Amino acid sequence: MAIKVEEKQLTLLERLYVLEVVRGIALTTGHFFRNMAVHIARLFGLAKDKKGSTTFQYPEERRPLAPRLRTLHRLTRREDGAPRCVACMMCETVCPAHCISIVAGEHPNPLIEKYPTRFDIDLGLCVFCGYCVEACPEDAIRMDTGVLEFTSFSREGMVYDLNKLLARSETPKPNEESKVKTA
Amino acid sequence: MEYAIDVGKVLFWFSSIMGLASILTWMERKQSAVMQDRIGANRADIFGFRILGLFHIIADSIKMFTKQDFVPAQGNRILHTVAPMIALFFALVGFAAVPFGGTYEIAGYTVSLQVLDLNVGLLFVFAMMSMGIYGFVLGGWASANNYALLGGLRASGQMISYEITMGATVIGTIMVYGTLSLQQMNIAQGELLFGWIPAWGILLQPLGCILFVTAALAETKRVPFDVPEGESEIIGYFVEYSGMRFGMFFLTDFIETVLAAVLTTTLFFGGWQVPYLYAGGFEFPWGGSFELPVVAVMLLQVGAFMAKVFTLCFIFLLIRWTLPRFRWDQLMRLGWTIMLPLSILNIVVTGVVLLIVGN
Repeated sequence: MAIKVEEKQLTLLERLYVLEVVRGIALTTGHFFRNMAVHIARLFGLAKDKKGSTTFQYPEERRPLAPRLRTLHRLTRREDGAPRCVACMMCETVCPAHCISIVAGEHPNPLIEKYPTRFDIDLGLCVFCGYCVEACPEDAIRMDTGVLEFTSFSREGMVYDLNKLLARSETPKPNEESKVKTA
Repeated sequence: MEYAIDVGKVLFWFSSIMGLASILTWMERKQSAVMQDRIGANRADIFGFRILGLFHIIADSIKMFTKQDFVPAQGNRILHTVAPMIALFFALVGFAAVPFGGTYEIAGYTVSLQVLDLNVGLLFVFAMMSMGIYGFVLGGWASANNYALLGGLRASGQMISYEITMGATVIGTIMVYGTLSLQQMNIAQGELLFGWIPAWGILLQPLGCILFVTAALAETKRVPFDVPEGESEIIGYFVEYSGMRFGMFFLTDFIETVLAAVLTTTLFFGGWQVPYLYAGGFEFPWGGSFELPVVAVMLLQVGAFMAKVFTLCFIFLLIRWTLPRFRWDQLMRLGWTIMLPLSILNIVVTGVVLLIVGN
């Protein structure tokens, strides 16, 4: 069934265009002078609580991150410092981007059975879906580091190995999330 | 000494225009940013100093000069090179006939602050503006790119359409002041209506002023009328341009904006006239006067001219960052069915009023 779209009829003043132009310019000019006044006031150390812009000056200022935002992965540790991962391959299996590759080794403790000798995540392939975190039965992988910048000049540089993933194993404090972090 | 004065005038006027045009490239970014609650370009720095992003002018020109200078293989190499120069040259040469100050007697020398004192100055400026079209059309054609060619055609169509309105609008001003010389027009705008209102063009020709500004904005091919360029999507005559050749087209836009502001100032905002300021100083209509030396008068008048031009550039940028682009049919309809009849009506009304007042 075809949808009938009601066309909005313009009034005579709106069709004359000139008045609407003046109204539009009045709006933008208002923004200009209000922001300019705030900028000038801040230049002289006044009106510190007001901002002349709604944008964040990115490398110096960060937007606060949502607590559930999926960011760079980390591997958690046991109390003795060994990785919690038991190399069950759940995350590797569930990963839709096939970016995780694990090589398992035999753990001396028969209760743990296995541990990862290699654990590589290719961040160039990762789609940050978070399925690996949900699939993990041991709470060994998390995506709560708050790190958003991980760049490299080579594809190989985007592959994060066990050491890099374990390097951020401690739980980040909530108030650290908006601070500058680089990979 | 005469030659020195001439060379000095040319250098001053040329560097003011180029300086204003390059400052406009910075101003456009910063002003639009403040209008849209942003900060704008502020990252270029020298030794950590950023001075409000002014170094972006230098950074941009270094970028333009060092980029690859590309000529399409199928294109016409000579015309492709010459086209931006034509556009830039004719945009610049129009300024020659515009006075940026009056005539002053300084230390025995007569200094007329106008590079080229033509008694048909207005026609000269308009002729040069029309010649500029060649640059855009040739640029589109020589690129051997259909999109560029279409952009060039749009540019020529738009500029010719709006030039007619522009010319017809100015006739009213010519009738009021009875001269084609821009210097004479400026002198005429120093007179007073009813003994106290400055006889500026905007008061004598309000409709003409609005029409002229609109047509002049269309001539600059900037946003409400940027159909020939459409940088963001429909792409215009300079698709195949890169490096400083593109830079010349880019600069032409800003120089045309300055030209539009300069012409509007000269025709409708009293040019270099400061209200009640005469050769000897201020003479107020309500009595009282204020003596000033000639040099001070000259500096005041040139400063007033520059301030007016700058304010108009600011307003043009406001318009550019406020209004959305016209569709091509809306553009043509506005030009031919609204602005042209209105400008002819303006001529008729001006003629009738002049007859009544004259009698």
